[in-house]
Amino acid sequence: MWEFTTPRTIVMGEGALEYLKEVEGKRALIVTDKVIRGLGFVEKVAKHLKEAGMDVKVFDDVEPEHSIEIVERGAELAREYGPDWFVALGGGSCIDAAKAIWVLYERPDIRVGEISPLIKLGLRKKAKLISIPTTSGTGSEVSWAVVITNTEEMRKMELASKEVVADISIIDPELPLSMPPKLTADTGIDALANAMEAYVSQWRNEFSDALAIGAIKIIFEYLSRVYKNPEDKEAREKMHYAATMAGLAFSNSQIGVAHALGHSLGAIFKIPHGRTVAVFLPYTIRYNAKEAMDRYATIAGAINIKSETDQQAVDGLIEAVRKLLRELDEPTSVQEMGISWEDYQSKLNDLVERAIASTGTIANPRVPTAEEYRKLFIYAFKGEEVDF
Amino acid sequence: MEKLKFPSEEWIKAFKEEVNRNKAYEEAAKDWEGDFLFIATPDEGLEKEVVFYVDLWHGKCRDAYVVPSRDAKKAEFIYEGPYSNWKKLIMGEIDPIRGLLMRKFKLTGSMMKIMRYTKAASELVKTAQKIPTEFI
Repeated sequence: MWEFTTPRTIVMGEGALEYLKEVEGKRALIVTDKVIRGLGFVEKVAKHLKEAGMDVKVFDDVEPEHSIEIVERGAELAREYGPDWFVALGGGSCIDAAKAIWVLYERPDIRVGEISPLIKLGLRKKAKLISIPTTSGTGSEVSWAVVITNTEEMRKMELASKEVVADISIIDPELPLSMPPKLTADTGIDALANAMEAYVSQWRNEFSDALAIGAIKIIFEYLSRVYKNPEDKEAREKMHYAATMAGLAFSNSQIGVAHALGHSLGAIFKIPHGRTVAVFLPYTIRYNAKEAMDRYATIAGAINIKSETDQQAVDGLIEAVRKLLRELDEPTSVQEMGISWEDYQSKLNDLVERAIASTGTIANPRVPTAEEYRKLFIYAFKGEEVDF
Repeated sequence: MEKLKFPSEEWIKAFKEEVNRNKAYEEAAKDWEGDFLFIATPDEGLEKEVVFYVDLWHGKCRDAYVVPSRDAKKAEFIYEGPYSNWKKLIMGEIDPIRGLLMRKFKLTGSMMKIMRYTKAASELVKTAQKIPTEFI
């Protein structure tokens, strides 16, 4: 038995934002950041909500890799304001922050770190959630994951609850149009990692497989294109859908070791999420292929890599990922991120310890030992081919 | 090796010995400190609740035995489920963490702490699978 959890409604396509005019409610709290506000999206969303007859307030203090403190501040504002809708507007950080703020608003008796699939939160007694992604990457708009940074411990808390899946998710391709190329690349490769790890997860299922493969095909076709030409509306739209499809896929299967390694690296060296996860993909594919070669071969086939054996298909897939990363001016090794070997080596124990503790370890096709995690970190730093 | 009946005192003793031979568990749980009550609730031939006390400490099992009831011994964690689900867990048909997510098992205690040791949890199940087991 397994469950496939999605938002009740996913609204997509040009003009999707206008769906907000039809939402019934009294007070909406928009959770976002100052960059999004500066782009004018908040005013647009607020206008539609007001047309729906709602009063609107904005919490725009969310920061990239946001902390528990920001969430608590947002929850305090929510308790004063009393919204019946939370509107998460932005990238993964804004959406994850909104989910956590919503939980603390409805359940002031629990702490952020206690959000877990095993606790009945009893949400939706006071409010519901609308998610509106402005980047095409994390899939948080449809997932039950909540990633919050514990700044004290320099650790990403990978929290989750099916109750935090948005009620309505609005996938409007006009919103990511303003993304700069670097953000397009960083978020796009995050979507790729989400889809690839979902496809090889031990917890995969027919539904997540279909969405993961669909997303991978779109990403290989359109990500480079939109990176080179940010005005390419068709590619933008396709990438926006692919990110949501990948989100549905991984949320209903599981992330894997590239995420475990990436979350650990990102928390310690403060590097954007997508970049830290995707840099490990060529290494984790090779590592995982010992247990999931046929799965990777299927992915290779889906993106038209010609091969006579599964091994050749895996080789081709790894090369295709590296080629994509290079086309996007993304690093293909950790040292290309500007981290010194001395610094990296001195933090290796912490990196390994955090990776082992990651939920990405649970359902990966091959569960690494501490020594294997250490080697993965070292090989990925040096850009060496994984041979174990 | 003769098959051991699950659940029984002999089975949990064998489990303790296997855990203490499992190097992968030892490494994955080297910092773990915490004891469990593993409880099989009645169904499919199990007529009375069976409670195992298992004390896990720094990659080793310090103690493991049957206790007369869930109130007879306090532990940091309680992992419980119907006997039929324990059978599936030991036979590898249910993953211990996925079993929790799908409400096949119930955990009392900090899920946050458990989630940091998922590999250790998986190794415990692999250990259980090594014991020649006879079910009711």
